[in-house]
Parts: sequence; C-alpha cells; structure tokens
Amino acid sequence: MENNSRRDFLLTGLITAGLVSGCTPKTDPFEAGASDIAVPSGKKVKLLSVDGEEIEVDEAFLKPVPHMPPVSNTEARIGIPGKKFVMVIDLSRCKNLKKCQSACNHAHELNPGENWIKVDPMQDAEHTAPYWEPTTCMHCDEPPCVKVCPVDATFKRQDGIVLIDSDRCIGCRFCMAACPYSTRVFNWGEPEIAPAIAALPYSCETSVPQKKGTVGKCDFCADMTRMGELPHCVSACPNGVFAFGDLNEDSVSNGAETFRFSDLIKDKGGYRLMEDLGTKPSVYYLPPVSRNFPFESGLENDKVQNK
Amino acid sequence: MENSIIDEKIINDLLPQKFGKAGKIWVALLTVVCLIGLFAYYRQIRYGLVVTAMRDYVSWGIYISNFVFFVAISLVGSLITAIFRLAGVKWGSPLTRIAEIIAVAAIIFASLIIIVDMGSPERFYNLFTHGRIQSPIIWDVIVITTYFFISLLLLYYPLLPDIKILLRYKEKSGNRMHKFYSYIGSFWKGTPEQFKLSEKAINILCVTIIPVAFTIHTVTSWLFATTYRPGWDSTNFGAYFIAGAFLVGSGAVVVAMYVFRKAYHLEKYITENHFEKMGRVVVLLSLLYLYFNMNEFLTPFFKMKKSEEGYLNGLFSGDFATVFWFAILIGMIIPIIILLFKSGRKPLPMFIVGVMVIVGAWFKRYLIVTPTLLHPFLPMHDAPASYHHYFPSWEEWAITMGSLAGALLIITILARVFPIIPIQETLTEEHEKAI
Ligand code: SF4
Ligand code: SF4
Repeated sequence: MENNSRRDFLLTGLITAGLVSGCTPKTDPFEAGASDIAVPSGKKVKLLSVDGEEIEVDEAFLKPVPHMPPVSNTEARIGIPGKKFVMVIDLSRCKNLKKCQSACNHAHELNPGENWIKVDPMQDAEHTAPYWEPTTCMHCDEPPCVKVCPVDATFKRQDGIVLIDSDRCIGCRFCMAACPYSTRVFNWGEPEIAPAIAALPYSCETSVPQKKGTVGKCDFCADMTRMGELPHCVSACPNGVFAFGDLNEDSVSNGAETFRFSDLIKDKGGYRLMEDLGTKPSVYYLPPVSRNFPFESGLENDKVQNK
Repeated sequence: MENSIIDEKIINDLLPQKFGKAGKIWVALLTVVCLIGLFAYYRQIRYGLVVTAMRDYVSWGIYISNFVFFVAISLVGSLITAIFRLAGVKWGSPLTRIAEIIAVAAIIFASLIIIVDMGSPERFYNLFTHGRIQSPIIWDVIVITTYFFISLLLLYYPLLPDIKILLRYKEKSGNRMHKFYSYIGSFWKGTPEQFKLSEKAINILCVTIIPVAFTIHTVTSWLFATTYRPGWDSTNFGAYFIAGAFLVGSGAVVVAMYVFRKAYHLEKYITENHFEKMGRVVVLLSLLYLYFNMNEFLTPFFKMKKSEEGYLNGLFSGDFATVFWFAILIGMIIPIIILLFKSGRKPLPMFIVGVMVIVGAWFKRYLIVTPTLLHPFLPMHDAPASYHHYFPSWEEWAITMGSLAGALLIITILARVFPIIPIQETLTEEHEKAI
C-alpha cells in the first residue's frame, strides 16, 4: 500500500516533469537528473510518457516532483482571478463513512491522528434527531484566523480560499484560538512523512509538506481547483455529500451531479454555521431532512482514534 | 557632625550586602531550577512542542498563563513608582526600587516565555519583517518593548545618585563591582542641574508609564477577548485584567518587602507602618478585583447561554471547580478577611497574604486560558482521546518553574548589586525631618 502510493507519486511526478520540460526549452528532465550526482543503478522502471508511449528509465534518475508545477508564493497568495469558491455539504446524505477524511489525509500527507476534515455527531436540542456533520475549514470571508495572524502566514486570497504559508508561520497558535470552528491542526512534532516528500519545497496550494511547529488546515485543495478539478473529499465521498464550485458561475458539483448553487440553497434551505459570529463562511450546509441513511448506520464508523 | 554620623549609619545599613550562606544556597537553588528549565527547553526545540501536553484543542497552556501572570506582576512598577509618586504618597518611596526591580524582572520573562511558546522560535524575526499591525500580538510586542524600556529607565535614573554614593565605598563593593558602577554611573556628578534634569525625566517617565502599563494589560486581555470563544468573548476583560494585575503586583511587593527586610535587617527602613499601609492597598485592590470577577462571571451565569454553559459549569462545579474556588478564596476572599483586622496587617500575616495572593493569581491565570479552550463551539469528537484533556507535561512545568526561578534570580542579583532602598532619597528625607 505504502509502496504503491509512492510509485504513483513518482510516476505522476515524472510525467509532470516531462510536461514542464515541454514548455521550457531548457533541458529534458532525465538530463537534469543526470547532471546531479545520480549513478545508474541498473534497475529499470517502466513508465508511461506524456504522449502515451511506454518508456524505460533507470531508477536512479527518478526524482520526486510535486504532481504539478508549484506556482510561486506570490501567485499562490493571489489566487485564481474571477473565481469565488464555495462548498455545499448535504447533511441528509452523510452516514459518517469518513472517506472524505481518509482521502484528504492521504492527499495532504497528514500525520496519523491529524484530521482536517472532522465528522461529528450533532444534536441541536434534546428532543431533535441527531445527524452527522462533516466540518472543514469554512474559508470565511471575514476570517478571524487571518485577522489575528501576526505575520501574514495565514491569508485570504481573492478567490475566497484561506491558505497557510508554512514557511512563514511562527507557530504562535493565535489563529487556533481565534477560529471558532476548531478546524486548525498543529504539527506538534516532526511530521511522519516519507523523506522524499519532506524534502519538497513547501507550497501553500498543496499544503505539502507539513512542517514541525507550524499550523495546517483544509485548503480547499487549491492545487486541484487551479487545474479545474474537484477537491479530494468531494470526489472521494460515495454519497455525494460535498458539492464544490464557483459562486460567480453559480454552479456546484459533487462529481456526479451539478447544481445551480442558488437554487440548491434556496430549495433545500441552506445555511451556514454560527452565522451570528459574522465570519461569513464559504461552506454552506443543507439541513438533514429526508435522510438517505439512519443516524445509527454511521455509528460503527465512529471509532475515536487513539494515539 | 551629628548629621554625618547618622548619614554614615544609613549608608552602611543600605549598601548592598554580600550573600550570606542562606543567600548562596538560594542562588544555587534558583540556578539549578533554571538549568532544568533550560534543558527542558532544549528538548522542546529539538522535538517540537510535542513534548508539551498541549494539543489541537488546548493549543495554549501554562506558558500563556505564565505569560499573563508575568505581565500582571510587572504592573506593580508603575503602581508603586508612578502612581504613588504622582499622587504625592511619601511613605511609598522605600518601596519604589523593589517595585521597579520586580517589574523589570517580570517583563523580561514575559517576553521570554512568549518566545518559548512559539512553535518555530527561529522565525521570531518574522514579527518584524512581516508584522501586521492588525494582529493583537504585534500590539503586544510594541507595548511590551515600550514598557520594558520605560521600566528600565525608571529603575536607572533614581539609581544614579545612589551609584555616586556606592562609588565612594570602593573597598566595600570590591574592584569588579566598582568598575561596573563607574561604567554605568560615573557621569553623574550630582550637580543641581543634573538633579533637575533627572527629576524632570523621572516625572515624564512616571506620566508616560501609566498609560503604557494600562495598555499592556488591556492588550494582553485582548489577545483573548478578540476571539469568539465562550469565556473570552468579554468586554469586561481589559478592566478585569488591570484590576487583577494591580492585586498580584502589590502582593509581590509585600512578599519582597518582608523577605528583604528579614534578609538585610532593614526593620528601620521598611517599618510596620509600611506593612500597615500596604495592607490597606491590598484590601482595596482585592475588593476591586472581586468586583470585576463578579462582573465577569455573574452576568453570563445569570443568562446561561448555550455556548457558555459547558464552560461555566466546568468552572463552578465541574472539572475546574476546585481550582476556581481555590483561586477565588485564596486569592481574594481570605486575604480580604485577614487584612480587615489590624493584627492582620502586621508583617508576618501580610507576608502570608502576599503569598496567597500570588499563588491564587497564578491559578487564576491558568483558569483564564485552559477551560475556554476545552469548551469549543463544535464538539471535540473526531480527535484522538489525548486531545480531550490537558495536564502540563514535565517539560512545561520545568520551563515554567525555570522562568519563575529566573525572574527571582534577576530580582536577587539586582538586589545584590544595587541598594534595595534608595539611599539618597532616604538621606534627603532624613535631613528634611531633622530640619
Ligand atoms: S473556519 Fe477557521 S480556519 Fe477556516 S477561515 Fe474560518 S476562521 Fe479561518
Ligand atoms: S500559528 Fe502561524 S498561521 Fe497561526 S496565527 Fe500564528 S503565525 Fe499565523
């Protein structure tokens, strides 16, 4: 399992490297690798090139590259022009499968025990029915975390995504105290990630690699949205709980279905969490009415992890 | 002639004294505690904040409580020096140096402990290269620095005349000390112009330090009050912090008064009358703080909003009830009762009251930070079990104790190097009395 994902990683890395070299006239990636101290190991790996051809490469020349060319810090801080990303979470469809959580943890190389997505059992009053509520970072339009950050390590982009610059964060954890949605996670120790990943340069858009003594949280998969794709949690949920899209286009999609955002919110009575605090979240919830699953069906998945 | 004999006696009494046996043991003890703290900090640097018991929910722990505690204690400098001085309270003058020394030591460790709390302290400079003024942390950095320099100057200027006296007693202070004294104070000739200038400077400092002192406490309270958390979301916080700070600061002065008086045999200079007067000050401040506590807890308790319910129940009857009631009783109610009696304002009972106030105040600061974090708006459900509780790890205790010991060490050293009671001022007052 571990090995597999590592191979996937290298593979996509290589393909992207190919892509980059396609655009920049400089050198081809293999030569770039060879110019380092790599000595051929004799072990060949079969790879699929960008044009769909099968090629063989010596293992020693493989270099991990993030799965997309990381945009510069300045670009990552500006965001994608003309967009305003929103998420809709349909509580009537959730049965606490936590596929969103594991996909997210995997994509962002999170430490075991660290979750950016949490699924909580909720009950609004004594005699109302309980339901499962997934929470992510709300990507608030008035984000308290951004207001309190002393060094601009957590910032809000023009497309509404709130990101963290782990290269700048001083680890004061003021943002954690300020976030009323308790979505932020701190890297208390050295993150347990593969050395190759830990050696990558940090990118605000992938949030990889997490670093000791800095804070992390859901990033709305800014790297995926830049490629026009859905965040990992959205595609991972088999029940279509999450829908993601652009408010300016007024459309959100859960991968299988696409909705007009305004109609969806209007017809189903969408709302946001803790509206009274004035944080203006970008995550909307649809109430848990006419549910697809009974609450109890989620209980078996609800083992609290111990670590 | 008569006069100069009295002067000689006063100077002899007040010159800094070498450490006796008890003093040496005391310093050694503090040094050991500091070293243990340093070792714990080394571990924290090496392995990260994972060595603490803080986790995602309780993301601030006793470091921050301790920071607030130090900031609170440091307020005393401005209380005793500035407010007493401007209000023309004469009896307070033997206490000013003690108060200023405590203030300087506390503010140094307040800034250190905030760096200790940072997850990436090596990026401390980011605060200056990327600082953003809308964050209360930057406000804190600014006011703490300002307060530190004003306090330092308020310690230094009134020292100058005393240093001149110290320079006259070379054989007593030893060669190295003498060099140090002349390094920091030989430009002081004691001419009337210099006195006038220094008087003016001190007055300006006294006037400026009061708003700065109020700001540093208010800003520290805003670190909490600007968040949305139940328990911190309070408009009362600024005033509540200032009242509490005055109380713990004066408690610290009382304790220091007692200890220095005993250790240096200063019974003639720090008299029972001083304890009596400080007793009244402490009662007043305890009542004031109690009043702000009622404001802080009674109103939300009366309404019992849903978001506050868990937090308040935790304080009054839940997990934190013991500490909460302990802090209220030891830190306010019992001191008030003791000090209402005349015999309660004698040195020994006052000393005990001072210790109670300080201990109560430390736990009160703990209660400001932790319970709120354990009662977030959304349930603490989908998180490892260890995230649901907080009890400081040995490293946290060691570092905290180390910082307290460090502050005491600075106080001890400053008291060893400089006269703990202003000599020149005492002489002047003595002369005025004689006339
Ligand atoms: S949910 Fe919390 S972390 Fe996310 S933007 Fe809002 S305040 Fe910041
Ligand atoms: S922990 Fe990092 S991101 Fe959060 S407020 Fe501090 S510096 Fe900013």
